[in-house]
Amino acid sequence: MEFFVAQILTGLANASSLFLVACGLSLIFGVTRIVNFAHGSLYMLGAYIGLTLMEALPGHFGFWGSILLAGIAVGLIGVVIEMLVLRPVYRAPELFQLVATFGVILVIQDLALLIWGPEDQLGPRAPGLRGVFRIMGEPIPKYDIVLLIITPFIALALWWMMTRTRLGVLVRAATQDREMVGALGVNQAWLFTGVFALGSALAGLGGALQLPKGGADLLMDFTILTPVFVVVVIGGMGSLPGAYLAAIIISVLNVFGVTYIPQSTLVLMFIVMIVVLMIRPYGLFGREEVAGEHGQVGEPEEPIKPASAKVRAIVAAGLAMLALLPLYGGNFALVLTTDILIFCLFAASLHFLLGLGGMVSFGHAAYYGGGAYVAALLVTWTETPMELAFLLAPLGAGLIAIVVGWVCLRLTGVYFAMLTLAFAQLLWSLVWQWQEVTGGDDGQVNIWPADWLNDNTVYFYFALIFSVGGILTLRHLAHSPFGYALRAARDSKRQAEATGIDTRRVQLLAFTFAGFMGGLAGALFVFSKGSVFPNELEIVRSFDALIVVFLGGVKTLAGGVVGAGFFKGVEDVLTRFEYWRLVMGLLIIFVVVVAPEGIVGSLRRAWRRFGPGHSQADTATEERRT
Amino acid sequence: MSVILETRGLTKNFGGLVAVDDVSFALQKGELLALIGPNGAGKSTCFNMLMGQLPPTSGEVYLDGDRITGLGPRQIWRLGVGRTFQITATYASMTVVENVQMALLSHNGEIFRVLPFAHRMYRDQALALLDMVGMAAQADRHCAVLAYGDLKRMELAIALAHEPKLLLMDEPTAGMAPRERVALMELTARIVAEQGVSVLFTEHDMDVVFGHAHRIMVLNRGALIAEGNAAEIRANPLVQEVYLGGGTVFGGAETTDA
Ligand SMILES: Nc1ncnc2c1ncn2[C@@H]1O[C@H](COP(=O)(O)OP(=O)(O)OP(=O)(O)O)[C@@H](O)[C@H]1O
Ligand SMILES: [Mg+2]
Repeated sequence: MEFFVAQILTGLANASSLFLVACGLSLIFGVTRIVNFAHGSLYMLGAYIGLTLMEALPGHFGFWGSILLAGIAVGLIGVVIEMLVLRPVYRAPELFQLVATFGVILVIQDLALLIWGPEDQLGPRAPGLRGVFRIMGEPIPKYDIVLLIITPFIALALWWMMTRTRLGVLVRAATQDREMVGALGVNQAWLFTGVFALGSALAGLGGALQLPKGGADLLMDFTILTPVFVVVVIGGMGSLPGAYLAAIIISVLNVFGVTYIPQSTLVLMFIVMIVVLMIRPYGLFGREEVAGEHGQVGEPEEPIKPASAKVRAIVAAGLAMLALLPLYGGNFALVLTTDILIFCLFAASLHFLLGLGGMVSFGHAAYYGGGAYVAALLVTWTETPMELAFLLAPLGAGLIAIVVGWVCLRLTGVYFAMLTLAFAQLLWSLVWQWQEVTGGDDGQVNIWPADWLNDNTVYFYFALIFSVGGILTLRHLAHSPFGYALRAARDSKRQAEATGIDTRRVQLLAFTFAGFMGGLAGALFVFSKGSVFPNELEIVRSFDALIVVFLGGVKTLAGGVVGAGFFKGVEDVLTRFEYWRLVMGLLIIFVVVVAPEGIVGSLRRAWRRFGPGHSQADTATEERRT
Repeated sequence: MSVILETRGLTKNFGGLVAVDDVSFALQKGELLALIGPNGAGKSTCFNMLMGQLPPTSGEVYLDGDRITGLGPRQIWRLGVGRTFQITATYASMTVVENVQMALLSHNGEIFRVLPFAHRMYRDQALALLDMVGMAAQADRHCAVLAYGDLKRMELAIALAHEPKLLLMDEPTAGMAPRERVALMELTARIVAEQGVSVLFTEHDMDVVFGHAHRIMVLNRGALIAEGNAAEIRANPLVQEVYLGGGTVFGGAETTDA
């Protein structure tokens, strides 16, 4: 019993900064509809800034003052980010902004490395709160008790602000109905900036407040991101009481998990999230989303047509050039091009889902990494011949996708996205923690291709055939009745259902096929490297694909492949430099700001404006699409 | 004449609100029946229950004598019911003709095919349908650039694609210029006459209603309060009261669409 109480108290104390960060994210999403991936980075900045301030300012006043100042400083950084990066892209296709926030993550990572160095930093103890209290005989750190007491007050203060002040009224109005704010005569741009600043400040505060417990390190941005998203989703996007309750649930659960089932702590959180969303599809306190709020809004996509003879000829010439690469490229070029081809297929499979299907998956790595692991485990445990394992991998990934899709397709919009993320994380934590079978952290090694493929040139051709074949298949599918039905389900579920199209079945099939193709890419990957590690299943891998699809252009057929090819190439050049993340982040932000329709989309627009035949207004629609 | 569509005690509650209250009526084959009523009367809710988009709280719907209560829109569509929406529901990323082709693909059970090029399939049939509603000239335009009235006509072509025996039209002329409205209703009347389709439609434009409907039903706060031909409805004191108690509304002035 005593132990039990102690556990709960520790859980409540841990909930403190989780709540603050989640609350900020929820607030930002509620008003601006931006899924701010950089929120973890703001939390990290809060910790580092707080630490620096605490070193300079002594005593009680210094400690608590530093926490407050860190919050304010991060709030100001939030203002800068909002004005420079997000403001130019509010009008871009929805969810495009999250790409910009991903760029911000990279920039902040390298800036933090530059300023504070690579070593993990220990947080200072809070003055006067060094020891423990004994509660029912159990030692509880004094700082925990303080956290646990002040958090409800912070929550109350926020709640008061949301319900009793003019800002709060505006925020709530905007959360419910964005148009209404305009009608109230409020400058929407400043409201967005203000809310972003407030949300950022809360993240910074959370980061500084946890210093005595966790210190500061360069990985904490991603470490916090997952639980924060889980909390926000469980609580209901945009709901403050929801965030509070969910933070407590997750933190307490986590403490108990560590004690009783340490092997599965990571899994636990996602299981809770999945269960909650199955019962309440919009979180505990969330509100149903307006249909189409997150899928296809903004300018509608243009009609598609199969490529003209001219374009086909150009593509064929390009492919021929590629096929001749072994004649003029070195070994290095072969390996790099193989990597790029595999990544292009991975991105194309996500693009199929995202672009044609309007289903935004945040967890596509589950199928890529899943395919790779299926192949690797088959080879390791059953000594399956490589050829067979290679064929079974996409089937395995497709199987995972059909299960995940079946569950996730009950939800829409951001909740759908989050649930796909949860499943990907679930798979990742399974692989990570089920060491006996998967090798955990050590991954799977010695997964080499069959002898006849065990040569860089031969494997290059192998990858070329399957990647290009896969990409062309996906592309052809877009023009087939099935691809049309998929777009129909995305454009108007109402009309599709009223004309006999089983939209759920269409979407589930598409989801499965995208998973299958992701798995094919994963299988190509594992045999090209000879090994696979859990990071192929990580959020970062999912984001990689997501980012290039958006940057290439969601609303164009070629967007995924072009984006993938371009960024994988750039990445290869950049990673040779020490601060490549900084440059990559800035490049991403740059593309987002100057080409909000993605590379292909913006090129197409430019071509229309300046290319031949731009005089007639309607040529725009009649022209063939890239 | 035989009955094609019949409802018995159709009721829908939204929480405490009774949106449709014990509505019973019958639609004869080949009839052009209007369902009118002020904004919020429950017309669209009624349509949603007929087409299976909403399950009724209680009551039954019969199509051609068969009970269809509880079936989904897909099944009801397959039984030969087409509908258009008050707020148009179109595939914004497709051309006009492709929008119609989708319905034809679905009707012919070819939705899950992956080999052929969809834009070539049933194109001629789709063009013929578009020609019927006067949209052939715009067939290859991107449907997102169409005027609202044209979208409504395109939706009609979609709804006619599987040669339905019953057509449900929710405010088919909303957003059109007066002349267009008359033309569209004349077209509808012609389709009813030529193809034997039965039509149930809602409308705010009284000219359209009194000019073309064979019979009119009036819905107010979810309940049917009157039914009859144009003259009877005009003369009905209850109906006059609902429409602000004067004959003026019926004089040709139109209420705006929702
Ligand atoms: N999904 C829903 N949930 C709650 N209330 C609803 C819902 N749909 C409709 N209502 C309410 O039911 C009533 C009837 O609405 P309905 O749309 O059927 O009216 P209508 O006769 O079609 O009006 P209009 O002429 O404006 O189209 C209205 O009060 C409306 O607010
Ligand atoms: Mg209506």
